[in-house]
Amino acid sequence: MTETTGLALGLRALTKRYGPVTALEPTDLDIGAGEFLTLLGPSGSGKTTLLNLIAGYTEPSGGTIRIGARDVTRTPARHRNIGMVFQSYALFPHMTVAQNLAYGLEARRVPKAEIARRVEAALALMQLEGYGNRGVQQMSGGQQQRVAVARALVIEPDVLLMDEPLGALDRQLRRQVQVELRRLHLKHGRTTIYVTHDQEEALVLSDRIAVMGKGRIQQLGSAAELYARPANSFIAGFIGESNLPEARVTSVAGGMALADIPALGLSIEAPVVPGVAPGAPARLMIRPEHLRLLPDAGEGQDAGEGIGARIIEVIYLGELTQFGLETSRGAFLVARGMEGRGLRQGDTVRLGWSPRDVLIVPDTGP
Amino acid sequence: MSGRRRLEVLTLLAPALILTLVVFVLPLMRFMALAFTAPDGAFATFATLAESPVYRRVMLNSFVIAAVVTAITAALAWPLAYMLARVRGVWFTLMIYGVLFPLWISILVRTYSWMLLLERNGPVNRAIQAAGLSDTPLPLLFNHTGVLIGMVHVLLPYMVLPLYGAMRAIDPRLMQASDGLGAGLWQSFRRIWLPLSLPGLAGGATFVFLLSLGFYITPALLGGKTSIMLPTLIVAFITEQFNWPMAAAASITLLAAVTALMLVATRFLKLDRGMFAR
Repeated sequence: MTETTGLALGLRALTKRYGPVTALEPTDLDIGAGEFLTLLGPSGSGKTTLLNLIAGYTEPSGGTIRIGARDVTRTPARHRNIGMVFQSYALFPHMTVAQNLAYGLEARRVPKAEIARRVEAALALMQLEGYGNRGVQQMSGGQQQRVAVARALVIEPDVLLMDEPLGALDRQLRRQVQVELRRLHLKHGRTTIYVTHDQEEALVLSDRIAVMGKGRIQQLGSAAELYARPANSFIAGFIGESNLPEARVTSVAGGMALADIPALGLSIEAPVVPGVAPGAPARLMIRPEHLRLLPDAGEGQDAGEGIGARIIEVIYLGELTQFGLETSRGAFLVARGMEGRGLRQGDTVRLGWSPRDVLIVPDTGP
Repeated sequence: MSGRRRLEVLTLLAPALILTLVVFVLPLMRFMALAFTAPDGAFATFATLAESPVYRRVMLNSFVIAAVVTAITAALAWPLAYMLARVRGVWFTLMIYGVLFPLWISILVRTYSWMLLLERNGPVNRAIQAAGLSDTPLPLLFNHTGVLIGMVHVLLPYMVLPLYGAMRAIDPRLMQASDGLGAGLWQSFRRIWLPLSLPGLAGGATFVFLLSLGFYITPALLGGKTSIMLPTLIVAFITEQFNWPMAAAASITLLAAVTALMLVATRFLKLDRGMFAR
């Protein structure tokens, strides 16, 4: 995690409504200086609305935005000193690469000699030396993406915003650029807010991830926190994969709950996250890698603990193998691991897991 | 194989080529050849034109009027095209039909309508007097004013549509990006919007300028005897003086002037360089 020295951006009760539709519920968010924060969510989750509000392209319906000590809620975008990288890059097509980079500096009335120096430095930072006089149309997609980042960084913004900047690149290039962006962030150390719907991208890049859904931040935390203790079933399903059978909670005490799992036909005791209460809809989270496959030993010693299931699907993933399983009650579960190479479709197995690896989470619906 | 290909292409093009050649190119060349058949010598007609103050004035008048019409349509079309590129739904439909509708009405009808509107005791003059802007009726017809009003009206769509096309193609995010980089409204307009809409402006201006120079009906009807443009003069050579060589010489001069002007303009605007292409 990058070292943070104070607050770069603070949102208080920031809200956006379009008529009767709420695009962003009242949202509080604090971002430390130098932090790389990702807004992760499916389309329509409010992440782009939040980004546009911070950039100043959208007027908030309520709440405040602070950059450092300045209240910029009513400040037009051009006075916010924010660098923005658009998904479409939005490079000025009639200008060269160097003219694109110089644009923001000219608007700030930076002296000519300094503009030339800073443009050169930005080109060097993005490994675009020698491309200054190229027309942006002549650049490849990956190069245009770097020009867009350079143009946003050269103005030395207080906050760097990136709106799905890798969306237009093919998969191979995307992986490479992810790593580059991460290294770049360590180099320039600017506070960055990154919007994506790709959870892998979020995991690679971020110090913290804000998972967005239904116009609100569902959970905010490091990748490891979100993965280990998701706040609800939406996040459990969105960060990584998970089996999420329904859980009927009968009692909660001391961070543990007793629950019936109808799909598995058993009662268990498992840790809970806040928000789980008897009678409230909840789900049991079992990560595929935590589900263990035991050969059906009939009268074996573990027989009493496990659940019977039939393998209906075997997918070879290289170092891992993934199994699709149907329990005797008709529920479908996924298991993934390095074991079980000898198992085949149609085999019956018994399923087991360690009680501390599962979690009962509130059900937020589909 | 390629020889056969060429034959196929030629066969397919032949009807159109032959028709164009027979009913357009040949008569045109024959008409232009007339310029060199005057009894006083092959180039006598051009000498007469060059010495004639009337012809010079008409030529100048034509180019000035065409230039002014182009400038006025550009000024009127620019905000209209801007709005067209931004509005959606019903407003867009209303506006685009407002632009296109006049094109569906005969130029003759539109020009006569302007005569009714602009005459001494017409509604325009009555409105001006009722508003107290003038005590006496203004001379709006049979002069430059009448020609300009009529031509601007007829030619406006030819400026609006290319401009609208160019503006529609501008990614609105470019303006957001400019804004975010710290540029003010005027700067964003001058450095992003204006240069990116210039190809449309150049296209529209070319259209309007060329159409203006060749315009006959509207200047003839609304210009009267005081604002004569070249086509009117050429027609007068033929119908009033039965002087075909002079008409042909005037046509050739107009064609040559337009060609020269367009060559300079393309050179100057660097349209072929794709500088403004998206």
